[in-house]
Amino acid sequence: MRLSSEEVRHIALLARLGVDEADLEKFSEQLSNILENFEILQRVDTTGVPPTSHPVALNNVLRDDEVAPSLASTEILANAPREEEDCFRVRAVLE
Amino acid sequence: MPLYNLSIHEAHDLLSRGEISSLELTKATLGRIDEVDGKLRSFVTVTRELALAQAQQADERIKAGDHAPLTGIPVLIKDNMCTKGTKTTCSSKMLENFVPPYDAAVVEKLNAQGMVMVGKGNMDEFAMGSSTENSAFYPTHNPWDLERVPGGSSGGATTAVAAGEAVYALGSDTGGSIRQPAGFCSVVGLKPTYGRVSRYGLVAFASSLDQIGPVTRDVTDCALVLNAIAGHDPRDSTSVDQPVPDYTKSLIPDLKGLRIGVPEEYFVEGMESGVEQVVRQAVGKLGELGAEVDWGVSLPNTPAALACYYIIAPSEAMANLARYDGVKYGFSAREAENMWDAMEKTRQYGFGPEVKRRIMLGTYALSAGYYEAYYLKAQKVRTLITREFADAFARCDVLVTPTSPTVPFRIGERVDDPMQMYLADVCTLPVNIAGIPGISVPAGFVDGLPVGMQILGKPFSEETLLRVACAYEQATDWGQRRPGV
Repeated sequence: MRLSSEEVRHIALLARLGVDEADLEKFSEQLSNILENFEILQRVDTTGVPPTSHPVALNNVLRDDEVAPSLASTEILANAPREEEDCFRVRAVLE
Repeated sequence: MPLYNLSIHEAHDLLSRGEISSLELTKATLGRIDEVDGKLRSFVTVTRELALAQAQQADERIKAGDHAPLTGIPVLIKDNMCTKGTKTTCSSKMLENFVPPYDAAVVEKLNAQGMVMVGKGNMDEFAMGSSTENSAFYPTHNPWDLERVPGGSSGGATTAVAAGEAVYALGSDTGGSIRQPAGFCSVVGLKPTYGRVSRYGLVAFASSLDQIGPVTRDVTDCALVLNAIAGHDPRDSTSVDQPVPDYTKSLIPDLKGLRIGVPEEYFVEGMESGVEQVVRQAVGKLGELGAEVDWGVSLPNTPAALACYYIIAPSEAMANLARYDGVKYGFSAREAENMWDAMEKTRQYGFGPEVKRRIMLGTYALSAGYYEAYYLKAQKVRTLITREFADAFARCDVLVTPTSPTVPFRIGERVDDPMQMYLADVCTLPVNIAGIPGISVPAGFVDGLPVGMQILGKPFSEETLLRVACAYEQATDWGQRRPGV
């Protein structure tokens, strides 16, 4: 499986990951090499084998919905790049 | 012996008898950091003032008769576990200035025992790597040979413990990130069973594979730290509600009747002959100590484990790392045209190359048209690998393998070839795939460079692993050697 620079650009867009134009070719080579090495997976016979959903046998873990103390908004906002009126400040979503 | 080279249990005894104080021990450890960390770079942050204050509190506790096994003993915490009020960077530009408003569950537990934290350990960015060269700040150097890597991603934890910059450390292990650097630095490193230790407050990389564990100078210390951190936590719904035994009770150096299997697939192509020889001798030693050794165990799907891991781990990582959007915390690109541009640039300048590769690999493996061929296929292979281990453990109590196929490699040797870097974890990552526990113990040296032996068991068999590790440690002196840094 070979990934072209164009495909790398598309994948980066799906992940909303900016990539330098200069790095596209290098990523394309490296990712292609990695994917080639992964072809071994296709040779494993998995007929009738269920996919793993959890490494240890646990079912959904539920708890009662109870009110408990939480962090103060000032503590939560302390790491915010930008805040305003006790909220995270974001860029315009609609333009 | 200088104070900074004491083990936890030795230091505990001296503290109990009043022969040393935690303040003296802490000052000796901080002095050692001053002496060698310019060369090793084990730390992202040294928390000197905090450590001295905690040491004073610990001394008061001890005087008052409230003395737990870890009280007053200097520890390094890998920099992906949240420490309230102390930066937690994941060795990433993305979190360079992030100060958590809460403690990870394991940090709470150590605090309850009277922790003295000397600092936060350097690592591969977001724990993605096998050499600690992917730290956005600087690489960490192996104390046995400063031109070589310490392994990774918990490289800062293992170098600090090997060189006396901390008496013990907490690392995290997603594909070998405790065991592989422990092997490279000649210290003891345990990855507990998935669910044994709470991941609450551990910065998520691959949630179905991540597990926190101890890095120590000997096996007794490993048991003491596991005692402190194991247990159910309602805040981590994947932590398992099972009683925690006293792991020090399993430190019985007697292997009679124990069945050990050696899986042939772990002596892989590309394995260095010196490493193979050391590990075969170590297994021979276990036989001399009374264990029955079966050299012919086969785990035929092992060669597919690397591909399986490097599909599943990046897929989970891409979902986990989607939270870094430059809005809530962390790095935020200022110069941007709009919301999407800001998000893309935040990740472009906040993440290093390996993190980007894994985000793209995961995105590709989960994208329409490739999901079945990659992600779903990998999860089926995961089932097969887990079953193979279960079958092997029906016949053997433990499996023994090399921790890594090579001795520590040179800094810079593999950074431009991600596939070569991934191969450094070939012996450790199947263990995370199956969720089973694994420990690496010092097993010898090749030309002065450390080799680790890995011992694996079925889920929640940490006691058996510790028993085997303890027996081997008592019969050899590899773990007592200290690097000459």
